[in-house]
Amino acid sequence: MDPRDILSIVFLLAAAPFFLAGTIGLLRFPDVFCRLHALTKADNLGLGLIVIALALQADTWLQSARLLLIWLLVMLSGATVAHLIARTALRAGRKPWSGRS
Amino acid sequence: MTPGPLLLFDLLLPAVLLWLAWRSLTSSDLFRAVILFIAFNLLLALAWVRLEAPDVALAEAAIGAGVTGTLLLAALTRIESAAGRRLSRPARWRPAALVLTGTALLAAAAGLLWSLRLLPTMPGGLGPLVDRHLAESGVDHPVTAVLLNFRGYDTLLEVAVLLLAVIAIWCLDEAVPFLQQPLESPLLTGFNRMMLPILLLSAGYLLWLGSHAPGGAFQAASLLAAGLLLALFSGASLPAQWSGLPLRLLLVLGFLAFLAAAIIGPLTGRALLHYPPAWVKPLILLVEWLLTLSIALILTATVIGGRPTGSRPYPPPASPAAEGRQR
Repeated sequence: MDPRDILSIVFLLAAAPFFLAGTIGLLRFPDVFCRLHALTKADNLGLGLIVIALALQADTWLQSARLLLIWLLVMLSGATVAHLIARTALRAGRKPWSGRS
Repeated sequence: MTPGPLLLFDLLLPAVLLWLAWRSLTSSDLFRAVILFIAFNLLLALAWVRLEAPDVALAEAAIGAGVTGTLLLAALTRIESAAGRRLSRPARWRPAALVLTGTALLAAAAGLLWSLRLLPTMPGGLGPLVDRHLAESGVDHPVTAVLLNFRGYDTLLEVAVLLLAVIAIWCLDEAVPFLQQPLESPLLTGFNRMMLPILLLSAGYLLWLGSHAPGGAFQAASLLAAGLLLALFSGASLPAQWSGLPLRLLLVLGFLAFLAAAIIGPLTGRALLHYPPAWVKPLILLVEWLLTLSIALILTATVIGGRPTGSRPYPPPASPAAEGRQR
């Protein structure tokens, strides 16, 4: 097996737990701030690892560069949107969960 | 779809699509219904990818999920009271209605299946025919060739329908701002500074790509519309002197250019929409560029959901109140 394929598989397997954890967090965490926190892990690290795995499989450097660009753009918009949602929730009077409910 | 390692995925995808569609239609919470609708469209785009139709997938994700999702969410914010967002009670089916709808749906499905059998069997569909004439079309991408040349008729009427939609929306009401106050945040300002040029660049790239690869006017236009909406949400607005005639001209520009290109045919002794062979490529490119601009503005106008404030179908009465409002 091509070492590139093995590397891709390793990165894909490393990415899966981030998406699983992000999804479980989104479904189970107590308030909007915690859920955003869970979501960003999947968006940033999970997607990053998948992009690396796919970039290794790309035919040309240009394709790899485009995949990396997608990751950067998703991180950029993910961070901005998470900030906007959290700020709107805070201004609407949502109290961050403190564990004492 | 070929059987193989992806078979399970191919079986699961339509099942999830049907489930999402059902949940979206029967949800009594309108916000949830809209979110389910967006998820449905994103997965539908994935289904198009599996059917090896990347052009449709791009349009589905950008227009179906992106622009239409924004439109529905913007419409929801207009329904102010939280009580209004929830339907008064979940829709309940009466037995008679259930039987009637069920019978009608089954009959329609049977009719569709029957008409499927009546279709002429052509191996590969119309694909080989398009491939044979691709050289005459002026572009190298079969989808663009069909959309703007071989079946330009359909696209022309599609743009006309979009234009009619904007006219209908403008007849209904003046635009009201989406948000009580625009989103203001240093982070958003920085994001816009980076994102707006990138969106503009990507739209141009997709448009250029359309002549030889998946991409084209509709996909590029939805990216442009996304940029315009982003700017609008962040508090930008069209200067008043632009929202009158200039805006209307830009809205109809694409359609008029397409119509003008279509009429060249009859004027030079050819059929409607039959472009002179020597000018095919520049004509298609020009029509596509202008179409992109107009479609982007049309999509944005439908999301805004009303004619620009201050522009009225009739001259306003000369009262001080109206004067103040115009300014």
